[in-house]
Amino acid sequence: MIRSHVLICGGTGCTSSGSIALRDLLAEELKLKGIDEEVKIVMTGCFGLCALGPIMIVYPEGTFYSMVQKEDIPEIVEEHLLKGRVVERLVYNETKNNEEKKEVHASLNDTAFYKKQKRVALRNCGVINPEDIDEYIARDGYFALEKVLTKMTPDEVIKEILDSGLRGRGGGGFPTGRKWAFTKASVSEKKYVVCNADEGDPGAFMDRSLLEGDPHALIEAMAICGYAIGSDQGYVYVRAEYPIAVKRLQLAIDQAREYGLLGKNIFGTDFSFDMEIRLGAGAFVCGEETALMTSIEGNRGEPRPRPPFPAVKGLFGKPTVENNVETFANIAQIILNGAEWFASMGTEKSKGTKVFALGGKIKNTGLVEIPMGITLREIIDEIGGGVPNGKKFKAAQTGGPSGGCIPAHLMDVEVDYDNLTAMGCMMGSGGMIVMDEDNCMVDMAKFFLEFTVDESCGKCTPCRIGTKRLLELLDKITMGEGTLEDIDRMEELCNYIKANSLCGLGQTAPNPVLATLKFFRDEYIAHVVDKKCPAGVCKKLVTFVIDQDKCIGCGKCAKNCPVDTIVKTDYIAPGHKLASYKIETAKCVKCGACVDGCKFNAISKQ
Amino acid sequence: MKSLEELKAIKAKMQDKVNLRTSSAQTRIVVGMATCGIAAGARPVLGAFVEGINEAGLGDEVIVTQTGCIGICQYEPVVEVYKGDEKVTYVKMSADRAKEVIEKHIKGGQVVAEYTIGEATK
Repeated sequence: MIRSHVLICGGTGCTSSGSIALRDLLAEELKLKGIDEEVKIVMTGCFGLCALGPIMIVYPEGTFYSMVQKEDIPEIVEEHLLKGRVVERLVYNETKNNEEKKEVHASLNDTAFYKKQKRVALRNCGVINPEDIDEYIARDGYFALEKVLTKMTPDEVIKEILDSGLRGRGGGGFPTGRKWAFTKASVSEKKYVVCNADEGDPGAFMDRSLLEGDPHALIEAMAICGYAIGSDQGYVYVRAEYPIAVKRLQLAIDQAREYGLLGKNIFGTDFSFDMEIRLGAGAFVCGEETALMTSIEGNRGEPRPRPPFPAVKGLFGKPTVENNVETFANIAQIILNGAEWFASMGTEKSKGTKVFALGGKIKNTGLVEIPMGITLREIIDEIGGGVPNGKKFKAAQTGGPSGGCIPAHLMDVEVDYDNLTAMGCMMGSGGMIVMDEDNCMVDMAKFFLEFTVDESCGKCTPCRIGTKRLLELLDKITMGEGTLEDIDRMEELCNYIKANSLCGLGQTAPNPVLATLKFFRDEYIAHVVDKKCPAGVCKKLVTFVIDQDKCIGCGKCAKNCPVDTIVKTDYIAPGHKLASYKIETAKCVKCGACVDGCKFNAISKQ
Repeated sequence: MKSLEELKAIKAKMQDKVNLRTSSAQTRIVVGMATCGIAAGARPVLGAFVEGINEAGLGDEVIVTQTGCIGICQYEPVVEVYKGDEKVTYVKMSADRAKEVIEKHIKGGQVVAEYTIGEATK
């Protein structure tokens, strides 16, 4: 008899903060108290609130414990699970109820973080045990596959997906139904379904969480796609850096085979489908669809020219559908609830929901799924909890190294594919990095350029050499040696790289530079003309100065300084007893250790 | 796996288990499980409610949960049933009484007056 479920997050975020050890300890403690038959421990996928990990939810009450430590386990067992008293001090603040009846907590779904979310792709993440196929079935899993195989023709399936308005969630935003229709129309004995799980954008982790939290959703969707286009073989290309995701997906594939949901004659029909995992070795370019296929074929991951498009000549030269993990995660829901249901969410041209990985200068770091068309302000201020430490929001970077940034004055624009593209930004896979007044936009552009220079495969010249030259120009500017002509030259170079590169990597690599030039040109000008970095990030352009009148002469900065460049002066400020200090700037390495240590705010960056 | 029926069978089998996490139940049965309650035998009462509700297939509408000491230790095991705005407090419960409460109150809508605190304090 089970009367209570304890859900522990087994996503990568919480695992690295120790959730596995918590589970083991909890199991021990339950046994000790003799209630291990009454309380069931369930390891789930990501809840989304990664900043608060390890996360634990106790049902039926739905009590949400955050940042649980090993020492807390005996108390939770003794107090909550045995005696029914919620351990108040561990409860996530947002769910605390101020009313008298303290034991009734607000539901997690009512908190600011979850209220505006609409979980379609993530519907099972944090709810089911991803290693148990039965739990997936209990949440209507594989019912969509049964429906298409026994009650729908392939054309009807494609029409449903087309009508839903679903577009590729990997970044490009190509209509999924059309991709399937093209591939179905290609005549060939062999066709393939490929899932792109080579999530490489810095700061993006939605595909990982989906694979870890709901792997069967992917398997079911790929089988549905196989039926629709006439394929019997699928491949999931996933990064080897995602060990938990790989393990759970393999387990899920094995379970599906055991149940006959993969393999020959599924549900007693003529349809057969099986799939395999292929591990990527971590090259960013392998997230590009043609490079990914080349890599699966066993060759060096380099892109090939399109056309021919994969729908005509893809993997092993055969017609292939390649979709992103999140795209597939929507499929079964569309089949079960209908295209109209899906199309009722979102904006006119961007239907459904989108998962974003919030990171950077934001309170609630984590994973959120929102209907298309809500504003950036809602995402950052309401769901994300705003920028911490009272700092001012400057911009949100989306789309990783291929994307641009949304500045503060455009925060009320509705987030969808077309609006983002119109601002020179990109939906991308959904990484969203929040920046505040302390971030330098030139430095940010440089960071992403360094990434693309590293990750360029080198096959085509505009990307291999162009990005390198672009980075050198950025370097020059951040060193304070740039000229106004350099800015013009950069823009020209950006446009050449965009127009002439072979694949998406090169075509989008200049985006971070172009977007920052568009919205933060004044920062570039400040670097070039005034030789100043307004955010105080670019070391060459920053001087640290001690305000002689504020300095009380404690000498802490001099102790902290790694290069002994802070010395005592003869000056004693009015009202102080000790002589103040000053920085000999010639030797200063601009590490900032003095600023961090000063309790009197006497040191500033200029 | 050859048919929809098999899929449905697995779903039904698992339903009780997963419902615990997703139910939006309107009725709550709260069993006092502080030291006093446990000493007076609240555990079998809680067990009887959990089993009874699952057997009756009411997992979607009713959640069984526990709470701490309500302050009337001499009447333990105490069980409170919340239905909408209405609250009924049952005292000196047992597993058998729990079954009766499920039958008459939860299913039938008739409060079992003789076990309520009002009756006991008369």
